[in-house]
Amino acid sequence: MANFYLIPDLLAKDIKQEATRKGFGRGLKKAGELDEQVVAACADLTESTNMSLFAETFPERFIEIGVAEQNLVTVGSGLAAMGKIPFVSSYAAFSPGRNWEQIRTTICLNERPVKIVGSHAGVSVGPDGATHQMLEDIALMRVLPHMVVIVPGDSVEAEKATLALATDKKNPGYLRLARADSPVFTTDKTPFEIGKAYVFDPGTDVTIISTGNLTYQALIAAEKLFKDGIDAEVIHCPTIKPLDAATILASVKKTGAVVTVEEAQVAGGLGGAIAELLSEEHPTPLVRIGMKDRFGESGKPEELLEHFGLTAKHIAMATHHVLGKK
Amino acid sequence: MSRKLTLDELESKAYDIRMDLIRMLETAGSGHSAGPLGLADIFTALYFDIMKYDPKKPDWEERDIFLLSNGHCVPIQYVTMAYAGFFDKSELKTLRKFGSRLQGHPERLKLPGLENTSGPLGCGLSQAAGMALAMRMNQQHHRWIYVGMSDGEQDEGNVWEAAMLAAKYKLNNIIAITDRNNIQIDGPTEQVMPLGDLKAKWESFGWHVIEIDGNNIEAVIDACAMGRAVVEKPIMIVAYTVPGKGVPFMEYDFHWHGAPPGGIQPPGSPDKKQQAKIALHDLRTLQGKIRSEHE
Repeated sequence: MANFYLIPDLLAKDIKQEATRKGFGRGLKKAGELDEQVVAACADLTESTNMSLFAETFPERFIEIGVAEQNLVTVGSGLAAMGKIPFVSSYAAFSPGRNWEQIRTTICLNERPVKIVGSHAGVSVGPDGATHQMLEDIALMRVLPHMVVIVPGDSVEAEKATLALATDKKNPGYLRLARADSPVFTTDKTPFEIGKAYVFDPGTDVTIISTGNLTYQALIAAEKLFKDGIDAEVIHCPTIKPLDAATILASVKKTGAVVTVEEAQVAGGLGGAIAELLSEEHPTPLVRIGMKDRFGESGKPEELLEHFGLTAKHIAMATHHVLGKK
Repeated sequence: MSRKLTLDELESKAYDIRMDLIRMLETAGSGHSAGPLGLADIFTALYFDIMKYDPKKPDWEERDIFLLSNGHCVPIQYVTMAYAGFFDKSELKTLRKFGSRLQGHPERLKLPGLENTSGPLGCGLSQAAGMALAMRMNQQHHRWIYVGMSDGEQDEGNVWEAAMLAAKYKLNNIIAITDRNNIQIDGPTEQVMPLGDLKAKWESFGWHVIEIDGNNIEAVIDACAMGRAVVEKPIMIVAYTVPGKGVPFMEYDFHWHGAPPGGIQPPGSPDKKQQAKIALHDLRTLQGKIRSEHE
């Protein structure tokens, strides 16, 4: 693989595994050190969302809200009104799952730069089951004017995304995080900028556009496909809104076929966003991998990813499928 | 600000504000009448006696904050703000019209002087809590946050989430005022969803509660002064008001919650075309003033 951005050996057996929420925890502490206006609030999940690192370092800038997600984001709105950059965290099923209207009115319409951090998104939450496996959050956040939506690919990128969100004093943001460990495949040198998608593996036959930690699976799928004689281009798309239409369209015009990959409902998710872009700008055969109008269930993360068709094998199969539609 | 107004002057001001409120709502052809009329005395007291602000510098960093949690009552805020010099009174006739800064529900970004965007209920107090926490971090201990709330909106769970948080952090620079007018859209509050003893509820949530006649300007001023003296607790003023206060055919009638003069025909009310005219004519003056009838 001709890619200088990423770790040298994606297939290494001892590849580091770490959840994106850990990177967020480190990033928030750093953001707090860089800017004293950065503050944080949590709805009784401080350890679990990894906000604890910030809370221990800056106790006077941390607010424990209790199990009250509507209050979490509206208090965030008030903090931002006084010049703070608030990060407010909970599980994605509860925030933005429960408090969407408060986010819409008091944050988006009111133009307050609150950063909503939803951890434990996707089926890889595992044993907790369907109630806690948030799948609709991308759709909910993507339709809100002004809202930036980011799904980091690994813990290193999650740290960078947190720091980037902290310096955006204008827009509200949503940071989607995962509970489970996943391969760390980017490095300190891998570029990250809000609103940019990155070609992590160049190719000519098909474009695989992926977000979140499934991008690792997309990269593995591309290696498999290469052995089958298919040269896939893998685009990592951590920012779902604003979507990097230029990078995506340039690739699609070259390859003429697209697979999207995400651990969320494809309706309204990355798959939805790409379908909207392509049907308006450059109609192209498309197959979307993700959750198709159904809920998750209890199990081990790897069992669930296999069961719901979210692995490298499934991405490779979908690629063969879409090439047949070319 | 210039010298404070006397009580008589404040009461005359509230009367004038009610007159313009009725005219504005009739011109708009939609909007809420009962709540805003009942709130005229509280708003007059806030903007002409209690709060520290500069209408020419709405972003002044030392100003007190007023958050309207029940955004549908914004007509009374618009009229009071026009009287206070935030914008020209002639703009009041644009209420709810296309292109107007006076949106049907308040939008902070449209009109300087508004502190929040509001309409969906139950969110004002929690925004106040966030502001108070930030002020504490910023070492601003001399600014007050006044929150206008309705009684009906206390059906919302978010209100009680905020109540707990404000008590936990002893946010004693929050002075909330509940417009206890006993009506909401579907009828009397105690029929729609009984609120019961609001004083006992708020006290049990750790607040300092003051009950007043909310149509008595002097009582509003005194209660806020008392509230500012309280330490260790946030302050809730339960202000008993008469919905539609001042217009006899509207008073106590929940039908006027969401309708303007000329908008509806409840039993016993004047003919629609005559409602605004009769409202202006009958607006009770009590020696030229709107004064509490409990005195």
